[in-house]
Amino acid sequence: MTTHETTAKPGSPPAPKPASRVTTVLSGPIGRNLGLVVALALLCVIGIVTAGDRFGSIENLTTILRLASVIGVVSVGMTFVIIGGGIDLSVGAIVALSSVWATTLATQKLATDFHWIVMVFTAILVGAGCGLVNGILIAYGRITAFIATLAMLAAARGLAEIISQKKTQIVRERGFVDFFGGDVAGIPVLVIIFALVAVTGWIVLNRTTFGRRTIAVGGNAEAARLAGMKVKRHTALLYVLLGVACGIAAVMLMARTTAGTSTHGSLYELDAIAAVVIGGTLLSGGRGTIVGTVFGVLIFTTLTNVFTLNNLDTSTQAVAKGAIIVVAVLIQRRFATRERT
Amino acid sequence: MDTGSGKLLSMRGIVKLFPGVRALDGIDLDVTAGEVHCLLGQNGAGKSTLIKVLSGAHQPDGGEIAWRGEPVRLPDPQAAMRLGIATIYQELDLVDGLSVAENIFLGHEHAHLGFSRRTEANRAAAALLKRLGHPEIRPTTDVGGLPAAGKQIVSMARALSHDVRLIIMDEPSAVLDQEEVQRLFRVIRDLTEEEVAVVYISHRLDEIRQIGTRVTVLKDGRTVATGLPVADTPTSEIIRLMTGRAIEYVFPPRGETTYAEPLLEVENLSRDGEFSGVSFQVRPGEVVGLAGLVGSGRSEILETIYGARAPGTGTVKVGGKRVRPGGVGAAVAAGIGLCPEERKSQALFLGEPVSRNIIAASLGRFARGGFVRLGAERRSAENLVRELDIRPSDVDREARTLSGGNQQKVVLARWLLRGCKVLLLDEPTRGVDIGARSEIYALIHRLAAGGLAVVVVSSEIEEVIGLSTRVLVISDGAVVLDGPAESIDEHRVLDLVLEGEVA
Repeated sequence: MTTHETTAKPGSPPAPKPASRVTTVLSGPIGRNLGLVVALALLCVIGIVTAGDRFGSIENLTTILRLASVIGVVSVGMTFVIIGGGIDLSVGAIVALSSVWATTLATQKLATDFHWIVMVFTAILVGAGCGLVNGILIAYGRITAFIATLAMLAAARGLAEIISQKKTQIVRERGFVDFFGGDVAGIPVLVIIFALVAVTGWIVLNRTTFGRRTIAVGGNAEAARLAGMKVKRHTALLYVLLGVACGIAAVMLMARTTAGTSTHGSLYELDAIAAVVIGGTLLSGGRGTIVGTVFGVLIFTTLTNVFTLNNLDTSTQAVAKGAIIVVAVLIQRRFATRERT
Repeated sequence: MDTGSGKLLSMRGIVKLFPGVRALDGIDLDVTAGEVHCLLGQNGAGKSTLIKVLSGAHQPDGGEIAWRGEPVRLPDPQAAMRLGIATIYQELDLVDGLSVAENIFLGHEHAHLGFSRRTEANRAAAALLKRLGHPEIRPTTDVGGLPAAGKQIVSMARALSHDVRLIIMDEPSAVLDQEEVQRLFRVIRDLTEEEVAVVYISHRLDEIRQIGTRVTVLKDGRTVATGLPVADTPTSEIIRLMTGRAIEYVFPPRGETTYAEPLLEVENLSRDGEFSGVSFQVRPGEVVGLAGLVGSGRSEILETIYGARAPGTGTVKVGGKRVRPGGVGAAVAAGIGLCPEERKSQALFLGEPVSRNIIAASLGRFARGGFVRLGAERRSAENLVRELDIRPSDVDREARTLSGGNQQKVVLARWLLRGCKVLLLDEPTRGVDIGARSEIYALIHRLAAGGLAVVVVSSEIEEVIGLSTRVLVISDGAVVLDGPAESIDEHRVLDLVLEGEVA
């Protein structure tokens, strides 16, 4: 029989090589967001240098925040879906459908005792309904998220056109516009809503069982299932959640534009996914941050603002956006490859 | 050094490390041209890792490889291919949507100015298939429509389409029936007459007797015997080499036999094409071991008990109450826990901290109004880490950074916390370092002594026998032996498992 000395001491296997100090710091929560803070600060500096007070004024900064709020709410919802291992291409179409459904209802009921709060509930219910259909198709119908939500993108936008007959419907409820379009202590209501949604999102993701399950389902669905979690139901719920976020976004958009139209929310899916991704959420699921998403949204909105102030056309903006997404994903992949076992 | 006449390949002291495990720990292997060199060893002995090193898919951490007397490096599969080393993997690497000919010439297509020359490719493919004795496979058919045996022939044709000197076959007979195996052997004999060498991996001793020239036996990542002539080595010697312990695992003493009411009752459980008529009971404090080869149905039995697969027939009862079949949720609610075979892909959230991995099955208990009670979570996780001696004892560490043994303890901790009554363990020490094994064994016994009913599946027979109070041997989806562990010896089980005979 062969005899030999024991080379590896029991219980002390060769430890996997630790990543270098720099990558360890950078991959931590502070490091990852630090990069985003630096990027945002850099953009602000560029803004002030090129546009001076036109960028730095309180009015302009408020405008940036107001613009960021609508897509921000959608992006927070999108963060949950992506962490849960999914994707949703239909968010823009759902925003459009929610908005025209609400304005149509308002037009028909214009008569007497119609309160604008009904519009709010309608938009949110329509959004939740669309999300539920997405969720059921994906979780129980086993259609890949990409295809199911692509179908919803086409169908919801089409339905919005049918309902509105492709006309822009003006919101005539003064109360609605005054409430959502106003501000509290100098802060626009839209921005307050975004802040509330983001904070709630952060709490739900980091402090509740729902958040834990989302990370588990997205990180390893099979392990989640074998640990006794209801993976399908949870997946479906994530899309409902995003649908609700789209409904809220529709309300905010109606307040900002005082109209409901089937062209609302166009290309929101790309902006939201881009914001989530540059925020550091893994497209493969299982890991992500709400804070990163908020920064992602702010970076994109500020970028647009700086470009507009410098009279650069939207096409140049689009090229710059594309470049930023690629750079962000390349940086992200450096972390992702480290994780392969 | 060794530039022997017909010596094709020589490997010396090959070492391969994975995080937490020495998968290969000094492997020697010599292959001469025109021989069929059989590689034998129990699961986890290092056969698969060795062939991955040889085919350029893994880089060794130590040792030397010489090809025709010249030292070589194999940085990637293409390098191995250039030397003339081809590998036919267990899971065949063919593209289902392409034709037979396209698959054979994948990567070195017959083409002119970027246009594929289909007629030429088809003719060359037909010639290769004929040489392999399978002219009936048409080069133009889709590979996806071929049976497993046909796919294997296409894989071999692909190997032969290069100028191949050495073919590695990883359990080629696992997917074949008797007649197909005989045809495969004819092909192998033709190849060896052309001075092609074959490294043949199989669990079946009878096959090795038929086709093999020499045998190398691996155990725990080491070569325990190499170059034994097949003709002169008795089966008992080979089994002794495969089981002969290089290291004594410490199995804790078995617990007292109990006569309590059975906690887990499995009655007449069947699933089409996987297993049939499986019945057994486990009392609290008992460890029942299921022994059998990969593919014998043992893992499927566990997963069916756990509700992850829906049974065709049969019932599962826990504490006398029937568990609703086909649902993991119902099984978990009834008090069943599973430590699955593939720890990393089926049990762990690798990027998550240890604490969250431990809490995963008991989230509801650690929440108030949907909010996770972080303090309670942390305390419970820390207690379990201390109790099970999980190292390093840091609950915030990502699960991926732990060694195999400690990862397994994390999964065990999860079910301990959940408070399950029946614990199903599938390959509990796969990828676990030798030193940590004894700890896992001791832990399993402690859990059983605490009143749990434990079922263990393992391909390592010494583990099943050493750990269990009772052993069931599974072959081809049926229980072929059921008896108390102390009355069963390893050679008999190995014999049953390898020869597949019903006792």
